[in-house]
Amino acid sequence: MASLSGMRRREAVAFYLTISPWLIGLILFTAGPMLISLYVSFTDWDLLTAPTWVGLENYARLLDDPRLWQSLKVTVVYTAAYVPLELAGGLSLALLARPRLRGIGIFRTLYYLPSVLSGVAFVVVWLWLLNPRGGLFNLMLAQAGIPGPRWLLDPQWALPSLVLMSVWGWGRTMVIYLAGLQNIPAELHEAAAIDGADAWARLRTITLPLLTPTIFFNLILSLISTFQTFTSAFVATDGGPLDSTLFFVLYIYRQAFQFLNMGYASALAWLLFAIILALTLIIFRSQDFWVYYGGERAE
Amino acid sequence: MSDADPAHERYLLFPRGWALLIRYALLTIVALLFVVPLIWMFASSLKPEYQIFASPPVWWPSPPRWENYVEALTQLPFARFAANTLIIAVGSIVGHLLSCTIVAYGFARLRAPGKGYLFVVLLSTLMLPYPVTMVPLFIIFSRIGWINTFAPLIIPAFFGNAFYIFLLRQAFKQIPLELEDAARLDGATTLDVLRYVILPLSLPALAAVAIFSFQSSWNDFLGPLIFLQDQSRYTLMLGLSFFRGTTQINWAYLMAASLVTVIPVVVVYFVAQRLFIEGIAFTGLKQ
Repeated sequence: MASLSGMRRREAVAFYLTISPWLIGLILFTAGPMLISLYVSFTDWDLLTAPTWVGLENYARLLDDPRLWQSLKVTVVYTAAYVPLELAGGLSLALLARPRLRGIGIFRTLYYLPSVLSGVAFVVVWLWLLNPRGGLFNLMLAQAGIPGPRWLLDPQWALPSLVLMSVWGWGRTMVIYLAGLQNIPAELHEAAAIDGADAWARLRTITLPLLTPTIFFNLILSLISTFQTFTSAFVATDGGPLDSTLFFVLYIYRQAFQFLNMGYASALAWLLFAIILALTLIIFRSQDFWVYYGGERAE
Repeated sequence: MSDADPAHERYLLFPRGWALLIRYALLTIVALLFVVPLIWMFASSLKPEYQIFASPPVWWPSPPRWENYVEALTQLPFARFAANTLIIAVGSIVGHLLSCTIVAYGFARLRAPGKGYLFVVLLSTLMLPYPVTMVPLFIIFSRIGWINTFAPLIIPAFFGNAFYIFLLRQAFKQIPLELEDAARLDGATTLDVLRYVILPLSLPALAAVAIFSFQSSWNDFLGPLIFLQDQSRYTLMLGLSFFRGTTQINWAYLMAASLVTVIPVVVVYFVAQRLFIEGIAFTGLKQ
């Protein structure tokens, strides 16, 4: 007995030893900085002079900062358009590229290809595609006799243009859906087909319900990353024109690194965290109503 | 599962006749939507300046102007940027592989009080928005003199990454325990087990982590933007963004530079695309 508990103890020590790099990193690069951030959010600090304690002033300022509300609006509108489009688009691609036909791998490869070009290069390509004069979109529209909009340069069109750019990222969700589709037994489809269900009915009653865990996973991933959109706004439009693409993280970046308002920027970051946390919790709670875990209940 | 019964497979997954034709037509049209912009980008990069805005448009420049590449890449020190990016990428890959492997092994195999709780903490850090730690990290790194060095972009990799730890843990859990027990009976230590049992059997997952780590540091923008200041320290993405910000944009040059900066990620993708796709699917679904 004694040797057994000794083994247990040795195993526990080994566990904490193996995970120690992550634990130390958690303290140094995540938990510690979060505490500092919380403290800084109660101060006024430009990094050059000593921080001064201002209590809740930064948080009070959140309430009547019109640019904050603009950035929140931009982020929410963008997310509300982007996330459903990405979920539906990725699923459509997956359903299209699902059958194991000759050469299907080539199509899947091509659909995923633009997803590896994330970052600045991705945005720069779109800047050129959407260029009002020489861009591919307006050239094609001109050929059809339609005068194209000024896309990213027009306050009305800038945000929709950024949503349009996201089409190129559908390959990523497609891959996750394809993996999910593989887990749906073909027998179910065959049985339903024999009972006279057409393709649409089978999609609605078999594929979609059994795919809800995958949709749920994609929804969470997509939501968290969309709320933190930065590069496309910074590189493509720098928040403009007329703040029409002033994303929340871009606003935090400006407050912190252009205006050196470390305190206010930290308060903004905590607001972002609170929003993401609340949305994630709501979606996790909503699982009971729409996510089907093959006989097991969602936990 | 579905592989076991080819008759059902054929029924569902192999359309015939008109259905097959329509399916291929659709697949091709959608593929064009994804590929035409890339081809057009390539064509643009080879145009002389007067053809860029030509009307009617020039779809393919003749003769193609390959000098654009040389001229674009010498306007800014792109070779320096490429070297900087490579240093950061290689450093991060090494850091991630070392740290995440060890941590993932602990989470996959060893039992200890508090482990379940820590695993939840690990997963919840995935949800933490970067801006929350971005400001304090800048403050800390500027205090210890790390600003304008590659340290903030490499050193944290040696302390793990929640996503890669999760991915590797899932892979390690699939390796039969018996193999490990046999090695232990022969007197192998934990490090021996990792080296001779776990790692050789998880090469695809390790490769996936290396590729993801490479891709994310290659494409990273916000990190370098905050932590690097001198142009001599810029990464490719930072250089490209700076290039785009110059007042007189020469689109042919910009497309040429962009294409060159994405070549490494595209090549890695084509060489290892199976791992890419498996890696993504793996973390997503096999819980």
